[in-house]
Amino acid sequence: MISPARSWREFPQRYRLEAAKCAGCGKVLYPPRVKCPACAGTAFETIVLPREGKVVTFTVVRVPPAGFTEQSPLPIALVELADGVRVMVQIGDVADPAELEIGMPVRLEFRRISWDGEAGLIFYGHKAVIAR
Amino acid sequence: MQVGIVGYGAFIPRRRIKLEEIAKVWGADAPSYRKGLQLNEKSVPGADEDTVTMSVEATRNALARAGGIDPAQIGALYIGSESHPYAVKPSGTIVAEAIGATPAIHIADFEFACKAGTESMFVAQALVKAGEVSYAVGIGADTSQGAPGDALEYSAAAGAASFIFGSDRERFVAEVVDTYSWTTDTPDFWRREYMHYPRHGSRFTGEPAYFRTTTSSAKGMMEKAGLEPKDFAHAIFHQPNGKFPMRVGTMLGFTKEQLATGWLSPWLGNTYSGASPIGFTAVLDIAKPGDLVLLTSFGSGAGSDSFVFRVSDRIEMVRDRAPRTRPQLDEHQIYIDYGTYAKLRGKIRMAE
Ligand SMILES: [Zn+2]
Repeated sequence: MISPARSWREFPQRYRLEAAKCAGCGKVLYPPRVKCPACAGTAFETIVLPREGKVVTFTVVRVPPAGFTEQSPLPIALVELADGVRVMVQIGDVADPAELEIGMPVRLEFRRISWDGEAGLIFYGHKAVIAR
Repeated sequence: MQVGIVGYGAFIPRRRIKLEEIAKVWGADAPSYRKGLQLNEKSVPGADEDTVTMSVEATRNALARAGGIDPAQIGALYIGSESHPYAVKPSGTIVAEAIGATPAIHIADFEFACKAGTESMFVAQALVKAGEVSYAVGIGADTSQGAPGDALEYSAAAGAASFIFGSDRERFVAEVVDTYSWTTDTPDFWRREYMHYPRHGSRFTGEPAYFRTTTSSAKGMMEKAGLEPKDFAHAIFHQPNGKFPMRVGTMLGFTKEQLATGWLSPWLGNTYSGASPIGFTAVLDIAKPGDLVLLTSFGSGAGSDSFVFRVSDRIEMVRDRAPRTRPQLDEHQIYIDYGTYAKLRGKIRMAE
């Protein structure tokens, strides 16, 4: 499980979809990093990612790891957001995984991503849901 | 200082369970429940939805309608719920962090059975009125549970409504005209610490609790404001089932037409702290500028908050900046069976 300290450090990216835009080459990093993989730059501007996008590709996890077992089957997608940034997210509110298609428009919603049993922390973030 | 709602939003989970699906598990007579409680189906939260997630989405909808408010200017945020995800650790901090309103903000989680939502609205608008903060958010949200087989299981549902109050008139979607509260100690419904499910005084929850408290609050509100039922375009009452809000409304002298728009419980169930506030969002979705609206909640224990709102011109410009309430209720539902429902609501004993 994620430690309270690590989850706390990741709140800006998980809760508010804050990404780092490289001051040198303009590449958007999500999650943010300390060094740009494209130009090795270390100066970044914080931007907020849009919440609309479309499914680039997806898979359905039928035997999810601990912390996710109650959410089986668990669809996971690579989503391209409206500004072109790609994020890996779970897809929520899927009645039947057979309804998922590449290219589907989705919207990111605030959800519980995982939880540490009955007594531990609840980890929040964003999931994609089909935009209708 | 004049205070008004500058943004409003609702969130209703997509999952539903039909009354018949619950009744067949317990050998209950579905038609008599359907008729007696006037319930058809109710919303069910997914495993990934709770009071916090619904509050964030409802508040994002409210911010979209408020248009251009810097979340950092929000000076207070209150969530009323009887299903905060943590027993100790506030829900409001997570919501405020998610909308970007931290750290210069006052936050509290409220509880008062089904009245906690309007309680948060009551305090939020009062702080703005007092000039203490520029904007304040009041949220009502719940993912409530009834004990398996209990009458409450047919109604306990999930949903959230969020309201941003401010004092900049040009941003008002509805002005707060007046407020009134009526509260006594009435033990009609309770849940002790560490208990999963609440208990209630059965028929005692009706007359001495819901009806006496609601009518006293609504009458007191109208008397204080010098208004009568015919002055209102819409009235919304707490909706523990389909029957009570219509009955209390007609008892007070409101027509079916005045009550219809905010009456969501036959398809939504009882969203507890979210109930009358979500009904109010459905009214704002269609109300006309100048309309007077009465909102009267009820919380077991027991109390009732009443508000008179006057809808402003700006409503027509902003209502479609976020999903309306009725389509969230009527479209793209995911119907689940009782087994799935039992799993999602944690009613199945898992290996430790
Ligand atoms: Zn770079």
